Amino acid sequence: MDNLSLLMGGFGAVLTPENLMYCAIGVLLGTFVGVLPGIGPAMAVALLLPVTYGLDPVAAFIMFAGIYYGGMYGGSTTAILLNTPGESASVMTALEGNLMARAGKAAQALATAAIGSFVAGTIGTLLVVFFAPALASVAVEIGAPSYFALMVLAMVSVTSVLGGSPLRGFIALFIGLTIGLVGLDLNTGQPRLSFDQPLLADRIDVVVVAVGIFALGEALWVAAHLRRSPAHVIPVGRPWMSRLDLRRSWGPWLRGTAYGFPFGAVPAGGAEIPTFLSYITEKRIAARKGQDEFGRGAIEGVAGPEAANNASAAGTFVPLLALGLPVTATSAVMLAAFQGYGIEPGPSLMTDQPDLVWALLASLLIGNVLLLVLNLPLAPVWAKLLRIPRPQLYAGILFFAALGAYATNLQAFDLFLLLLLGLLGLMMRRFALPVLPLILGVILGPLMELKLREAMAISGGDVSGLWSEPLAIAIYVVVAIAVVAPLAVRRIRPTPAAVAEELQAPADEEEKVR
Amino acid sequence: MSQQDAVTIVVGWSPDEYGEAALHRAVEEARLRDGRVVVVNATRGDALVDERYADEDQLAALATELGAAGVAVDVRRSMGADVGDQVLAVAEDVAADLVVIGLRRRSPVGKLLMGSVAQRILLGADCAVLAVKPAD
Repeated sequence: MDNLSLLMGGFGAVLTPENLMYCAIGVLLGTFVGVLPGIGPAMAVALLLPVTYGLDPVAAFIMFAGIYYGGMYGGSTTAILLNTPGESASVMTALEGNLMARAGKAAQALATAAIGSFVAGTIGTLLVVFFAPALASVAVEIGAPSYFALMVLAMVSVTSVLGGSPLRGFIALFIGLTIGLVGLDLNTGQPRLSFDQPLLADRIDVVVVAVGIFALGEALWVAAHLRRSPAHVIPVGRPWMSRLDLRRSWGPWLRGTAYGFPFGAVPAGGAEIPTFLSYITEKRIAARKGQDEFGRGAIEGVAGPEAANNASAAGTFVPLLALGLPVTATSAVMLAAFQGYGIEPGPSLMTDQPDLVWALLASLLIGNVLLLVLNLPLAPVWAKLLRIPRPQLYAGILFFAALGAYATNLQAFDLFLLLLLGLLGLMMRRFALPVLPLILGVILGPLMELKLREAMAISGGDVSGLWSEPLAIAIYVVVAIAVVAPLAVRRIRPTPAAVAEELQAPADEEEKVR
Repeated sequence: MSQQDAVTIVVGWSPDEYGEAALHRAVEEARLRDGRVVVVNATRGDALVDERYADEDQLAALATELGAAGVAVDVRRSMGADVGDQVLAVAEDVAADLVVIGLRRRSPVGKLLMGSVAQRILLGADCAVLAVKPAD
């Protein structure tokens, strides 16, 4: 296969001592931020963006890929040992994983999560290798109107399908789009929302927005809730699993992968739905077999969702690489990184920057192997990270945040912006506005405007030009379904989040009784 | 001097060997002097995990242990900026006659880096402080 030989070329590029070092750094850093709830891979990549501008793009993206996958592994460790899911994607893992850990099977839970992530990540990445170029070659033909429609789809699905409240999602999205508008109009050179500030006319740097919202916002939020009753980590040795565990795990791994990848690959991604579906499926299958251990720590309930989580993470690389459309916070920040290097993400990325793309895909596979090798023996060490006092931890984050915001343009004004955006981040957390739609709005907003202008120019200013292509119409139909379906489904069936809460409630009651 | 005639002994306790050493000594003293024991378990609460803040199981074990010892006991748990200050606050609150703490061996550099709850209590307490070390 053509793709495979290109992938081999990618391996050739990555397998140098220097790039392997960056891969290892990324993987370690990713696990570090993944283990600590509240700071995720998106924040880590945002903080590292300015640092990596001095690096070769290939090396930088190898590191980011490591952080992305590493964050996923780290999240499952915390979910299992502490019952504190760092992100919505590991809520399902935490359910059965923590029960397993309490039943003294923490080692097996960590092992099935790690190996399942490895299996799903590897299969997922290989699927990206086959799907992304094919999609890109089709996508080159896509006109501006359809492209605009695709971006609408990505935004609407991220805002209304994921997360609990569509209203909050749309508020966050529009704040993001507004921030994206600040600065000179790219077509006419007119200043917009710049309040006669020459520094604002320069547009607000995405790095400043990402670092402000993710890092500063989170730090302020944590500072407002500094003291909380500490928990106990369930002690664990080296993760391992028996032959029986393996036999019970491989089915859920593969089914989880099958659920996760498509959800990541369509620009309506997110890992919340596939992990939920995988959990429900495994529960049903276990009940049918008559060995339902769900509610008491079933290994299938860890293996399936964890695989779905990682497969969907891999799947998000398809729209990112082939269309330039991010659907997770981390891939949104990675898109900003592409722009920082002057690389235009989109259908032409595969043909313009083949070295970069194939090296990135190869490093995903290598990062997966590194993670497995590192994570199985190091799990007890990662658990120790949870003892770091928050003041020390966030002081470090704030230092890097300020350094990064200043270093992008060497403007003291950016530090002021950082503070403002940090306060915005704090307010968003206070009012439970999701962060992802905002970041997506900031990053995709200008691109979307460009495509809109292009489409309008083609049609001579006629609005009907927006649905002049059959593909665009089809996508708008999907958008309409994406908006209406959740409303309808919510009437009939509870959302994943609500079910998770329901499942959590009896566990809490149990605790009180004890 | 003490509130209720009986001698009051405050002990800084954590579910580890240092806390246990201090607790044993405090119970011993309470028996000798026919007093009561106030157990303080404090945390800074600024990390996700603090092994020195007892969980439900450890508190239950403490209760059974103390019940077997046959001394009047009061367990107080608190969260604040400084563990030493929390122990001192309880000592003041109950007008303690004695504070018992467990001491860990630490090099001068380690002391400099980590600070010291024990030092804070030794310097700040109004009453006698008894520092014990676990048997090696």
